[in-house]
Amino acid sequence: MIQDRYTLAYKVYPYEKSDDQDKPGAVRHPVVIVGGGPIGVATALDLGQQGIPVLVLDDHEGIGMGSRAICFAKRCLEVADRYGCGEPMLQKGVVWNVGKVFHKDDKVFEFNLLPEQGHKYPAFINLQQPYFEKFMMDRLRAMQAEGAPIEIRGKNRVDAVAVLDDHVVLDVMTPDGPYRIAADWLVACDGASSPLRNMLGYDFTGKIFQDSFLIADIRMKGDLKFPAERWFWFEPSHGQGASTLLHKQPDDVWRIDFQIGWDVNRKEEMKEENIRRRIDAFLGKADYEMVWSSIYTFQCKRMDSFRHGRVFFAGDAAHQVSPFGARGANSGMQDVDNLGWKLGLVIRGKAPERLLDTYSEERVFGADENILNSTRSTDFITPKSEISKIFRDAVLALAGKTKFARPLVNSGRLSVPCVYDGLSLNGPDALAGGPARARVGAPMVDAPIDGGWLLEKLGGKFQLMTIDADAPGTIDADGIEVTRLALSAKGNPELAERYLGEARSAVYLMRPDQHIAARWDAFDADAVRRAVNIATGRV
Amino acid sequence: MGTLNTEPNIANPDDFYARLLAAHEGKSKAESDALNARLVLILSNHIGDRQVLGEALVLALET
Repeated sequence: MIQDRYTLAYKVYPYEKSDDQDKPGAVRHPVVIVGGGPIGVATALDLGQQGIPVLVLDDHEGIGMGSRAICFAKRCLEVADRYGCGEPMLQKGVVWNVGKVFHKDDKVFEFNLLPEQGHKYPAFINLQQPYFEKFMMDRLRAMQAEGAPIEIRGKNRVDAVAVLDDHVVLDVMTPDGPYRIAADWLVACDGASSPLRNMLGYDFTGKIFQDSFLIADIRMKGDLKFPAERWFWFEPSHGQGASTLLHKQPDDVWRIDFQIGWDVNRKEEMKEENIRRRIDAFLGKADYEMVWSSIYTFQCKRMDSFRHGRVFFAGDAAHQVSPFGARGANSGMQDVDNLGWKLGLVIRGKAPERLLDTYSEERVFGADENILNSTRSTDFITPKSEISKIFRDAVLALAGKTKFARPLVNSGRLSVPCVYDGLSLNGPDALAGGPARARVGAPMVDAPIDGGWLLEKLGGKFQLMTIDADAPGTIDADGIEVTRLALSAKGNPELAERYLGEARSAVYLMRPDQHIAARWDAFDADAVRRAVNIATGRV
Repeated sequence: MGTLNTEPNIANPDDFYARLLAAHEGKSKAESDALNARLVLILSNHIGDRQVLGEALVLALET
């Protein structure tokens, strides 16, 4: 018997009996992904796009209800764009730039993020998670229709796993009873409480924060509407909660987060009349309907390693952060972006298995940066000691009066992707005068080029981007083909500013995940080959 | 990047010290703590140099 643990927003992969269930032995699959949430589905899109057969197992039959993650950052949308599903997200999402910070009842200051122009995607959008997942599932179905080797099985719950040297064996429960399958590679995307991680007994360590937040998503019905801005209150006297956040989502839905402390009676707090009492005290008399509510506590934890032999962990299963700063789902998408091409190369025999260790190396680095940032936000929002509260309040008091203290106000930092500085896949950074933001290890920065977007032209394979430099159209780097994208600074000022800096010409080697592997001022075939070898763990 | 100046640098030190204490006069402990915190932040921003701020923190911690 498989019980649902949550209600579905969209039933998109109803249970169907698979032929595997009637086979006498365990059918072996190249890649099995456990978890059909955003990270699992993104992994399927990445591998499916490469033509690698993937099977996704999920113990439910679709996308869970509730907004949950609402803030999707630029890099995450760029990854989704590479999978062919970024545009509907952008169309549906709410873009905001103005934020206001309040302390007690006074507005302390407001800011405008004034995003840099010349990018296909904004710094972030607000979008309910079910939409985010739905757009990816729509894309998955479209890819299947075009022949991509992706299969997704609902109500298939993994009850046991055995990890062997060169494959894993899974015991799967279904409404028709149990069956067994095998996989060359297993990707665990089964969420923060990861049953797979627990079955395998891996540690998940870090810090638990003694605080809880009540989320209320409400749909405004009357005339009272708020602008598409982010409003953050520290210690509001008109609401009931130590910090309160108001954020707009699509469909006239607003997200309100109330910080309600640690010792709370969850059952009482979740009663609609009690949630309404909080909201009414906060908004005054307003006409609204409750869409979704939840109480969450949070922790900052990660696994020691995201790879254990034939098993990978990605997304919340591998690392968890506090929600301030939108680094949960966003970083999970970057995990997928990182793992996909490496696993693809190893499965095709073009790179050694040790390349897969760099998935853990790079994404642990990213997770640590995310944990650091979200812990700092949390420490500012909920000071842990008397003196930290004194300093926090001093910052807020000064921020209302003078500009200097405003950068110290931390109600969540913008989620930005990490730069893999100093890690083992990095090749030479040999472009004198080249901009720091496009240094080796950095994710590529978008730019408008020739009526389109730079990032649309790169990704999914190794590429050589030349700016006013010569190079052959393709280079064979010991079995890995590198294709050239020839560009000129002429007529592309953003490209020149973001990739040339002081240099007159540039040659960039790009990884399939749009990270920069190496850069020079001119083409040299041997140097490119060596850099590809470094970037694929072949040296 | 500078280094922390630990030589005497304040003209009329008695006047300055009296002014510092006068600012705290009549304040509760909580108000004084808040005042000190604001002062630390204001002065830190004025200094700005992370090297100097770091040395100041170390000196304060080791005293």
